[in-house]
Amino acid sequence: MSQNAFFGGVDIGASATKVAIIDDARQLVASDVRKTGVSFEACAQEAMDSALASCGLNLSDLSRIFSTGYGRHNVVFAHGTRTEIACHARAAHHFFPHRITVVDVGGQDNKIIHIGADGKRENFKMNRKCAAGTGAFLEEVAQRMDIPMDQLDSLAREASSIVHMGSYCTVFTKTEILAHLRAGKKIPEIVAGLIESVVKRIVEMNPLAGDVVVSGGVVDHNPVLAEMLARHLGHAVHILPHAQLAGALGAALLAAEESK
Amino acid sequence: MSTEKPKATFKKIHSTDKMKVIMEQHFRELDEAAKTKSRKIAWCTSVGPAELLRAAGFLVFFPENHGAMLGSTRMATDLIPVANAIGYSPDICSYLTADIGSYIKGTSPISKAYPGISGPPRPDVLVFNTNQCRDVHDWFNFYGREFNVPVIGVQTHRGVGDITKAHIDSISTQIKALVPTLEEIAGKKLDYDELKRIVGLSRQCTDLWKEVLEIASNVPSPLTFFDGTIQMGPAVVLRGEQRAVDFYKELLAELKQRVKDRVAAIDGEKFRLYWEGMPVWGKLRELSTQFAELSTCVLASTYCSSWVFPALDPDDPFDSMARAYIELFIVRDENYKEKYFENQVNKYKIDGMIFHDAKTCPNNSNNRYGMPERLAKKYDMPMLVIHGDLNDLRCYSEEQARTNIEAFIEQLAEKKS
Repeated sequence: MSQNAFFGGVDIGASATKVAIIDDARQLVASDVRKTGVSFEACAQEAMDSALASCGLNLSDLSRIFSTGYGRHNVVFAHGTRTEIACHARAAHHFFPHRITVVDVGGQDNKIIHIGADGKRENFKMNRKCAAGTGAFLEEVAQRMDIPMDQLDSLAREASSIVHMGSYCTVFTKTEILAHLRAGKKIPEIVAGLIESVVKRIVEMNPLAGDVVVSGGVVDHNPVLAEMLARHLGHAVHILPHAQLAGALGAALLAAEESK
Repeated sequence: MSTEKPKATFKKIHSTDKMKVIMEQHFRELDEAAKTKSRKIAWCTSVGPAELLRAAGFLVFFPENHGAMLGSTRMATDLIPVANAIGYSPDICSYLTADIGSYIKGTSPISKAYPGISGPPRPDVLVFNTNQCRDVHDWFNFYGREFNVPVIGVQTHRGVGDITKAHIDSISTQIKALVPTLEEIAGKKLDYDELKRIVGLSRQCTDLWKEVLEIASNVPSPLTFFDGTIQMGPAVVLRGEQRAVDFYKELLAELKQRVKDRVAAIDGEKFRLYWEGMPVWGKLRELSTQFAELSTCVLASTYCSSWVFPALDPDDPFDSMARAYIELFIVRDENYKEKYFENQVNKYKIDGMIFHDAKTCPNNSNNRYGMPERLAKKYDMPMLVIHGDLNDLRCYSEEQARTNIEAFIEQLAEKKS
């Protein structure tokens, strides 16, 4: 295996740290995902060590490593940094090499990136400072409702109708949920309403034109989000393969390209 | 192991030393006059009728300048909540709330910068022009009640397209109507020849300031927007005075020499950006450093051009002041603004624009009615909107802004590749 060239990407996000290792055929050979915690440096090292161990490589086997995400400047073993916008765009273009709109739903921010057929960004937009409509919103509300995060997707699918949320404020939504619970609304219907709220926040950010590709940890764990978005848009949307790894994978792809 | 080690270098503008001297003189003269009551003091909004006030014999203090000082020293964020607590909303102008908080707490950046001065000088009259916003009127009304002094001013039209004679007559009449009150407070008649002289000096100052700003059209630019936010001080608070004219002559000469020597404000200038909207006063250092590290020169802005008044004419002081103070960008409609940007994009050879959406300054946040989207389409030019505020750093996410800017420069690099 080690006669090939290998490249690494590390994405230190607000919620999770992801590592992707690819070979010179741009195939994913190893990965790791773990909670970011409080020490970015240590977390990046542990995630990289774990990914390397899983494919029998050493750090020195990686020709080039790029880091991305909020903690991108804390990865001491990286050769360079790129923004998560660049990395998500690159990963999406890798799997969908034509004109696309990428929607990344992250732990604390959302991004919409319009990419041309040549892979170049035409424009991008991040959500405003408020974390409404991001993974943090779902986490906060799920915690208030005492629902494990990994049950949101299946609960939303059980709903026969949706309880529509009126506010875009996370705090107000939590209060609103109390009112719905008092009124006897069913948990699955409320959860479906929460996912729908994320969809609403996405579509009000920027026009979603053409082929839409969704990336990020939220959709990886809750593919129902992509289905709801598709219903809202009136056409199919794609979930990026390895959606949660998109940032790390894009970083690795950029590292590979820039090592030429 | 990281091979990317960006480094920012800044080149000193030597004329800044002179600017510091005349700015200190300005504050010490005001303080002396307030303590000895040797001269009457007028507070004036940033684009209020300062020439008239000087001609009437007043020393002039500009609370918006104080607001910017509160922002740049980062005192504002602690003082804004003090004003919030007495009913001034966190959603209104954060110059206003920071300044009122500063007054209530009895703390000011002026006293920190210039030992011996306790803070802003007590006013004898407060003179506003709502060409900036309605907030300035409410701001001055607060002090009118506190100091029990008259609050007089000019109510300017908003969303103005073509400027008509009716507009000029309206503003000119309002400026003239200020004269009797000012004469009464000053205790003397207005000297019309002195008014003409001061309007003439103001015009000279503004012409030189315009030339300073436009020197950034050179490639590479010898000046950044961040330099401009510092060097504009005299154009705001000393226009109508000879020392402001002298300063800008010196600054202009230094910048012309830079152009001759091909000295770039940002080494290896790769990208040229336009800043639209208010500065984030408390983050000038961080932002200028980040742009320098990205080999990017933010070189022009609408904001710094707000003190360019080509209409001023010493032979027609009242009507020309009226025109100068209503033809400002901030007063105009969206069509005018769009055409204005077209001119700026071409003049400064801009690669992209950054719009600062300042939470508490809707009048100076021009992204809110689709302008960036229209311009992006029209010029095939990347646009970026940063959410923040002029003074209230509670509204600013450093990490989000940094990532947005970095991604924007990546996009510009991709576009050029």
